[in-house]
Amino acid sequence: MAGQILAGGALVELDAAEVDYPGRGAALGPFSLRLHAGEIVALVGASGCGKSTALRLLAGLEAPTRGAVRRSIARGETSVVFQSPTLAPWMDARANVALPLELKGMKPKAARALAVRALRRVGLADACRARPAQLSGGMAMRASLARALVTEPKLLLLDEPFAALDEITRRALADDVLSIWAEERPAMVFVTHNVEEAVYMADRVVVLTRGPGREAGETALEQSFPRPPGFRTSEAFRHAAEAVSRRLAAAMGASA
Amino acid sequence: MNRLARLLAPWVLIAVLLGVWQVACAALRVPTYFLPAPSAIAGALVQNAPSLAMAAWRTFSMALEALIAASLFATLLAAGVAASRTLDQAVRPLAVALQVTPIVAVAPLFVIWAGVDHPGRAIVALATIAAFFPIFSGMARGLASADPDLERLFDLYGASGWQRLLRLRIPSATPFVIEGHKVAAGAAIIGAVVAEFVAGSGGSQGLAWRIMEAGNRLQTAKMFAAIITLALMAAILHALFQSLERRALVWWRGR
Repeated sequence: MAGQILAGGALVELDAAEVDYPGRGAALGPFSLRLHAGEIVALVGASGCGKSTALRLLAGLEAPTRGAVRRSIARGETSVVFQSPTLAPWMDARANVALPLELKGMKPKAARALAVRALRRVGLADACRARPAQLSGGMAMRASLARALVTEPKLLLLDEPFAALDEITRRALADDVLSIWAEERPAMVFVTHNVEEAVYMADRVVVLTRGPGREAGETALEQSFPRPPGFRTSEAFRHAAEAVSRRLAAAMGASA
Repeated sequence: MNRLARLLAPWVLIAVLLGVWQVACAALRVPTYFLPAPSAIAGALVQNAPSLAMAAWRTFSMALEALIAASLFATLLAAGVAASRTLDQAVRPLAVALQVTPIVAVAPLFVIWAGVDHPGRAIVALATIAAFFPIFSGMARGLASADPDLERLFDLYGASGWQRLLRLRIPSATPFVIEGHKVAAGAAIIGAVVAEFVAGSGGSQGLAWRIMEAGNRLQTAKMFAAIITLALMAAILHALFQSLERRALVWWRGR
């Protein structure tokens, strides 16, 4: 259901949501998550725990088999960044980024102008006319991010967006995502299996058990945004990372 | 140097084989109706160049007509099949049955339907059938091959069926369609030649008929000349479509 008012002013809510895939059995849940405006939540879990499924539920791309998904925003106010850049190879970066706006009915010229602006925000001002095949992995991911941002979403969902990148690129991109996020502060959920990345980027780190994933606990980070330069090496960071790691290890043991 | 050697190697081999052939024919006194010497074949090629060129043009133009017709039918039907599951299920068994039946087997039927006076029509129809399947299956596969995450993106932004078809499915299918046309071009030539053989009358005036005519008269050198012309034409067409495909993919992918 879209457009209803949720308890506590939440944007989206998973209420004991479960997903079964025919022939493959249970993939997720029951799993509950309530998401508020402006917060960043990391979903952490092993491969196959259903974290991508949870993300698709939040996006409204799938319906739960049991349980409910409620949202106070329209589906078009959500954007998704997938694991791979998923840019259309036959269009240049600008056309790729303009696509969501055009699908929503905006005139191509206006859409392209906004696309150029979004590309500039992710540092790709010079690559507007480049085709995806001409972009590096990091650049393609940035273009994908620009495509997600161009609609000014209230909810931004990222499905292991940095998984295919090298460590240096992924750290740089993580910082960029945070600084871009800070401009409009959409609610953001990102899926990762990297504990440090989760702790570095999120307000809350939610750990999932092995598939079908249930919540195995949550770690809240006190440090506000923007996070100070030394945050990655701070005591608070180490504590939080250890807590998440312990929880993750327990979750793996518990349902193994 | 190495590159040069690689480039020259096939030509050297051909020259050596032709030389051995020429010498063997003379030394063993092979009758020319059985196996003419390369020099005799070359003579026949030069002597019959105008009529062979005409015949090649006939076969080529019939294959081209067939390719265009097949392209039209196949893309339309594939689009229909992609749009409607029912149509897909209705068409599939028929399509498979038609595909696995050898062209030679149905050719006599088409010759009857086209009438003895119009073998050209039967030939174009048969070549169209031969060229149809590579394009149809390429297009059908291509339309279903769009990136599932891109499909989700179209879901997310509430794309209409037309937007999905025009902005996602057809562009995604393009490389498959191009490859289908390349394969279909070869199939059309084969279909045309096979149909000419079956039609078996002079009315078609294509290369296959030249081969048969020469064979019937035991003009083996002329027969070889026609076969070589056919092989050359097919090779040139193949190279042409190969380079067209490469260019089209560069255009599609941007590099």
